Amino acid sequence: MTLYLAKRIERDRARFKKIVRGAIRSGIRKYISHGELIGRRGKDLVSIPLPQLEIPRFRFGQAKKGVGQGDGNPGDPIAVDPNGPGQKKAGSDPGEHILEVELTLEELAEILGEELALPRIEPRGKKNIVTQRDKYKSISRSGPEALRHFKRTFRQALRRQVISGTYDPAEPRVWPVKEDKLYRSWKTIPERESNAVVIYMMDVSGSMGDEEKELVRLTSFWIDTWLTSQYTGVERRFIIHDAVAREVDSETFFHTRESGGTRISSAYELCLKMIRESFPPQDYNLYPFHFTDGDNFSDDDEQAMDSLIRIIPQANLFCYGQIEGTYGAGHFLKRIQEKVNGEEKVRTATLRDRESIYDALKTFLSTGR
Amino acid sequence: MIRRRDTVPWGPQESKEGKNLLKHSPAQKFPSELKRMKYEIQDHAQEFGLDFFPVIFEVLDYQEINEIAAYSGFPQRYPHWSFGMQFEEVSKSYAYGLSKIYEMVINNDPCYAYLLKCNNLIDQKLVMAHVYGHCDFFKNNLYFSHTSRKMMDEMANHATRIQRYADRYGTQAVEAFTDCCLSLENLIDPHATFIKRRDQDGLADQSSITSSGSGHENGSSCCDQDKTPAGNSAGCSSSPGSCPPAEAKAETREVDLFADDEDDERIPDRRLHSKGYMDRYINPPEFLRARAEKLKARRREKKRFPETPEADVLLFLIENAPLKNWQRDVLSILREEAYYFLPQGQTKIMNEGWATHWHSRIMTEKILKDSEVVDYADHHSGTLGGGRTHINPYKLGVELYREIEERWNKGRFGKEYEECDDLRVRENWDRKAGLGREKIFEVRRLYNDLTFIDTFLTEDFCRKQRFFVYGQDENQRAWVIQNREFPQIKKIILDSLTNMGHPIIKVMDANFENRGDLLLLHQHETRDLKWDFSRDTLVNLQRLWKRPVHVETVREGKKVRLTFDGREHREKLLD
Repeated sequence: MTLYLAKRIERDRARFKKIVRGAIRSGIRKYISHGELIGRRGKDLVSIPLPQLEIPRFRFGQAKKGVGQGDGNPGDPIAVDPNGPGQKKAGSDPGEHILEVELTLEELAEILGEELALPRIEPRGKKNIVTQRDKYKSISRSGPEALRHFKRTFRQALRRQVISGTYDPAEPRVWPVKEDKLYRSWKTIPERESNAVVIYMMDVSGSMGDEEKELVRLTSFWIDTWLTSQYTGVERRFIIHDAVAREVDSETFFHTRESGGTRISSAYELCLKMIRESFPPQDYNLYPFHFTDGDNFSDDDEQAMDSLIRIIPQANLFCYGQIEGTYGAGHFLKRIQEKVNGEEKVRTATLRDRESIYDALKTFLSTGR
Repeated sequence: MIRRRDTVPWGPQESKEGKNLLKHSPAQKFPSELKRMKYEIQDHAQEFGLDFFPVIFEVLDYQEINEIAAYSGFPQRYPHWSFGMQFEEVSKSYAYGLSKIYEMVINNDPCYAYLLKCNNLIDQKLVMAHVYGHCDFFKNNLYFSHTSRKMMDEMANHATRIQRYADRYGTQAVEAFTDCCLSLENLIDPHATFIKRRDQDGLADQSSITSSGSGHENGSSCCDQDKTPAGNSAGCSSSPGSCPPAEAKAETREVDLFADDEDDERIPDRRLHSKGYMDRYINPPEFLRARAEKLKARRREKKRFPETPEADVLLFLIENAPLKNWQRDVLSILREEAYYFLPQGQTKIMNEGWATHWHSRIMTEKILKDSEVVDYADHHSGTLGGGRTHINPYKLGVELYREIEERWNKGRFGKEYEECDDLRVRENWDRKAGLGREKIFEVRRLYNDLTFIDTFLTEDFCRKQRFFVYGQDENQRAWVIQNREFPQIKKIILDSLTNMGHPIIKVMDANFENRGDLLLLHQHETRDLKWDFSRDTLVNLQRLWKRPVHVETVREGKKVRLTFDGREHREKLLD
């Protein structure tokens, strides 16, 4: 039933969502109201947006009176607005803090996918096999001697002796018998291999200010959301570089201000090293992303391009986002475009301001790789 | 808990107990442990005197049950976004721990009932007992006697038909028309199934459609009339030769979904069986022309039509509005479904109260083990909990049944009892009549919510239940308790149950001002109509009627007639 029904309700649900978003022109959309459910998450109250389309009918307006049940005297206020949630004034008790629950990340990714008309990613090869791992967490009554569990065995023996009365506390001796023996045993646990790895590389030389880093952060959030929705496991690695590159965690990635010149090749080399050591391309879908202002040391260009050319065949997609800072456009973008023009795996975009993030995402993610 | 209506599989009808008959589902077996419980509970139910069609349970996980709930208990419904909306609400509510659908049962023969997989055994037992209460109610209550007991098949049938129209005429067109019909869905006659208002033969004479499909007297002056402001294109009725081509190509892109075109008169032969009154509409145009003649004649006579106010507005529209055949079919489908669900709306308190009463007795007297009592009490009280601003129908129902049983056991009824006003005598009154059990069975057979409350809600009862009236205070801000006056309490409850809380609206005149306009009358009692909704509903009504539509009502104490003529709304004060 699940499969069959899922198709039907999904169809109706998708239609409803499309109407609400305005993607389908429907006369019913003018009757939209933004209701909410008030739920709990832990000890917080959360407000869950619930758009409603109400078909107009002949019906009464709001009732002036109603009947309730319980204790109280005339004049006592009733805590909750009887006409349902959505009325924020006469609503919940004072002092309650309500969080707004936005869409879940999945819904977000779904909308992103639809808005940008992103094709689903077709993963390649056997990078997406769920592997089985054996974990030795359980106990069995039989097994090889190498897997004997001492503590358990003796405890079992003790138990037996106490029950049968052969245990003398004055002379505590426990002799395990064959039936007492317990062995470690394993359970097969399906472990999800990390299917995708995103390697974020950012130029943190002096020319990357806060605003520029904010652009990078926003773009990388959307990329993350999208990729997470396409793969069961996504690992992220961060590389910052100026003249030298190093791997960092996400906090540092977004909050570093270095200074100094820019050698892009250092980042690409580190990226290659990372791939070689930890992420063999036949097992992982690789997504290197590079954000920079494009102002590279000119004599480094050649080396950087060489490294890039070695990265490309190993990756699913290489995306280069050039931030246009106050110092004008860098030249590295042009170099890339010249060298690898037409290469399907390489996508470039310019990030000028927040609006351009939209186009950048579309460029990056609409290849279906 | 939410109880739903019945389903029956649309596959072959081998009714083996306990077997899952839904053709398309994976073999979701009914676990044998539950099966044993089912038969035990069923036996107890029968011992208590409950009488029901065969009951078949099926166990679903939370996603499946949410899906079924969105579809009101049937695996298949016609395609419509409203089901998607219900599903969103139910899923979100579940995901945030706000509510859980424990069971669903459908009015059908056999009764299909769904259980939620993750419930523990005590809950499942409670639910099964509750289900048997519902099934007995469905089978025996008078107001259900005319409902279709094969609704599962019929729902699937409806779904197929509407889907076919969508395939043929386009999803958008069918959806827009469905939205229109749903807007008028509550305009049915709650007494219709018991009174034969028309005989089948008289139909041809009485029902004359306004014209040969274009809604006008002779179809020539169509162009102006068909323009509507609501975004529809300047579609013209297709009476040949009457539309200048320029008009037909208006700049709006939207197709006039309700324009008639000649090529749609004939429907392919693979028609499914139709109701009697439908037969007339699968017709060659000659028949329609003949009826147009009749209408002209009638207009000349200036005879009132309909002769008596018609409460079944949907039927009236089906028979008289200038609809295409597929539209007529869709409207009749929605009307059928509205009538099917009608008794469930009319008996919610009684039905839930009945099921709660029996699950309570079966569990506490027969089934519960000592170890289970606390969990049971916890769940049971959860069902009966109420907010302060709404009456819980489960609680109201079950308390009333208990009260009735006690009263009839103790002989607390009849002239003598009514006339006694010594409180202490009344409290100690016990004639040992022992008629309680018989009485509640009779009540569940003959009453609906309105008559139930009207007859059995007493001042004593209200006092014991601590009901009060609430309203807005003088500053119009907070909602406060106002009083505990019995007459007011009873009146408010009865008002909310009259016509299931919908306004009573009837067709008064289908030839208003001798121009073929449609006039409706709202029987105003105390509450005014919601005005913006009324205006919008008139727009939908006009889309079907194709000529101006009016509704007379009372607003803020003054009689007023609201009109929509296809272009603009007008209000006229009457006196």
